[in-house]
Amino acid sequence: MDQSRRTFLKTLGLVSFSAAGAKKSKATPTNILSDDRMGVLVDTTVCIGCRRCEYACKAEHNLPAGDIDDYNDRSVFERLRRPDADALTVVNQYPNDKEDRLPVTVKVQCMHCDHPACVSACIVGAFSKQKNGAVIWDESRCIGCRYCMVACPFQIPAFEYDKAIEPKIMKCDFCYENRTSKGGIPACVEICPVEALTFGKRYELVQLAHEKIRRNPDRYFDHLFGEHEVAGTSWLYLAGQDFKSLDFPDVGTDPAPGATEPIQHAIFKFFVPPVALYALLGGIMWLGKQNREEEE
Amino acid sequence: MDELLKPAPVKRPFLSTGVIILIVLALNGIVWSILRFGLGLGAVTNLNNQYPWGLWIGIDVAAGVALAAGGFTTSALVHIFYREDFRVLVRPAIMTAMLGYTFVAVGVMFDLGRYYNIWHVPVMGNSNSVLFEVGICVMTYLGTLYIEFFPIVTERFIGKVHLKGALRFLNRPIDSALRWIDNFLDNTMFFFILLGVVLSCLHQSSLGTLMLIAGPKIHPLWQTPISPLLFLLSAFAVGFPMVIMESLSASRSLGLKPEMDVLARLARFVGPLLGVYLAFKIGDMVIRGTYVYLNEINFASVMWVVEILFGVIIPIRMFFWDKVLRSRTLLYLASLLVIFGVLINRFNVFITAYTPPYILKPYKPSIGEISITIGLISLEILLYRTLVMIFPVLAQPDKNYRPKAKFAIRGVIR
Repeated sequence: MDQSRRTFLKTLGLVSFSAAGAKKSKATPTNILSDDRMGVLVDTTVCIGCRRCEYACKAEHNLPAGDIDDYNDRSVFERLRRPDADALTVVNQYPNDKEDRLPVTVKVQCMHCDHPACVSACIVGAFSKQKNGAVIWDESRCIGCRYCMVACPFQIPAFEYDKAIEPKIMKCDFCYENRTSKGGIPACVEICPVEALTFGKRYELVQLAHEKIRRNPDRYFDHLFGEHEVAGTSWLYLAGQDFKSLDFPDVGTDPAPGATEPIQHAIFKFFVPPVALYALLGGIMWLGKQNREEEE
Repeated sequence: MDELLKPAPVKRPFLSTGVIILIVLALNGIVWSILRFGLGLGAVTNLNNQYPWGLWIGIDVAAGVALAAGGFTTSALVHIFYREDFRVLVRPAIMTAMLGYTFVAVGVMFDLGRYYNIWHVPVMGNSNSVLFEVGICVMTYLGTLYIEFFPIVTERFIGKVHLKGALRFLNRPIDSALRWIDNFLDNTMFFFILLGVVLSCLHQSSLGTLMLIAGPKIHPLWQTPISPLLFLLSAFAVGFPMVIMESLSASRSLGLKPEMDVLARLARFVGPLLGVYLAFKIGDMVIRGTYVYLNEINFASVMWVVEILFGVIIPIRMFFWDKVLRSRTLLYLASLLVIFGVLINRFNVFITAYTPPYILKPYKPSIGEISITIGLISLEILLYRTLVMIFPVLAQPDKNYRPKAKFAIRGVIR
């Protein structure tokens, strides 16, 4: 009997150690927050809703783009559109608070958060935040669980629901592979005929935006969306009216992963709580076994 | 009394009216499964870019995990807290947990877009991800449950391996392998029992952390930082009602005598466990002041009231009432209410509470999603029936047992 009790404790200790060791060696995805990260400033007061950016984006990403003249059709503005598996960026139109005849058009795409929820959420680390600010998705890792879509505060990642095999998560990738990682500028910024989109270092864009607001207080609503939202995004927006009237979500200024990472890390820090629970239950079990043996 | 009962394979005809209905439902599910894997998620489900998770994650996975809690709660009660008087319940509880988790894993495979990449989870896991923690714990626990079930397999086949013809020479090696495994598991089972309970506590709570990252998309009635604790407490509370419900259903369907005295004693734990859950649920509501959302009548507030009133408050009252504990029907009803409450809670957290900022098309589970969910549940029940007929799981009166002779020979009642 004594022998079995000793093996019991030995195994218990051994297992706890190996379990603790195994957990420590785990990796987290690339999540770099470089001071020199790039960004895009969208000035919605300049945008004319020509949708050339939609065309350029599709052409760049080998999606069916159609003819560039089709994009002059303004009837698509009648209903709200969202980025999906066939369009990584879309432009929506909203009534102008100041001037009825000049509606406001707003380009929507991935905001490339500084603290992305998708990077934190992804079960296999398929999302990463690159040095230049881009948040990109790695096809070779994805298992298609769509937790990134649940997590994203801006409701951006889209899924290819029609595909039975190798469905992709589709979202703006900041033209990372062919352009921005090689010092180029994103396709949408390049094509924009009115320079509503400005590509540059994020901290410079923030300064530029505040300079614009200071110079033209009548033109701009005094808020730079993305400067503090979800603790900062690479894409920044200026508007002539309240962002709520332009369908921008109310996301707060805390990082989007919120409390999940602290909770997760509290449970697993050095694997102490699970091992402690294991030891506690093991102790109760051992005492019970002893009591029973004494009775017998 | 307990000595009269011994786990044995149930001897009954497999088919019955209920079984035929289940087979039809399972076949319907299989047809839809072929469509899902042949044509993709979009062809069968109503999931879209606004609602990436639906019925399968809410019911098959989240509720499936919660309702399989009978396994770890019963095994903790009997093996860790040494309540030997509940031993007859351990085998069925472990087996239903094993089946439950198997079908959770199958349900996940239906929902994953790239299900064949599931092996990426242990290999490439992201330790910041709550889903990773849930996934790895469920995978490990599923393995643990198979190990915990294995002694029942060895008991069934040791000394009974009779392969015919060319495979005859395998009889002896298989038998000695079974004996070796049986002996090995006998000495190490405590490790797996403890591991199973710890893993269960971990992922039952982490399931509650899953939707926290969705932030403002989740209705404030359910979006709380103590959600993991609530999930864990409700899993504790639903474990025993599941065991009671399964035991009563099985004894009715298989023509066995229900172990009412054991079940009534087990039911005494349910009231306090549910009470603790309710206290935290209401306390959280008062501290965060979310009762204001109950002033407006909408789908979310109605579902919250249904969940708490029918799933928690009414069953608490019932489980603290001796009349309920003595009556087979009332005990069954009370257990069903608790199960219903937890099921609706998981449905609410994952589906009712989820409101994306831009809704182009609302989500309603499709016929295909419902068919597959029902088909999987039917298959699970059929598998339960098959397994209890093959393996010694359910305790039954031992036919060869003669009380007088035993007492005379041994002289003691064990």
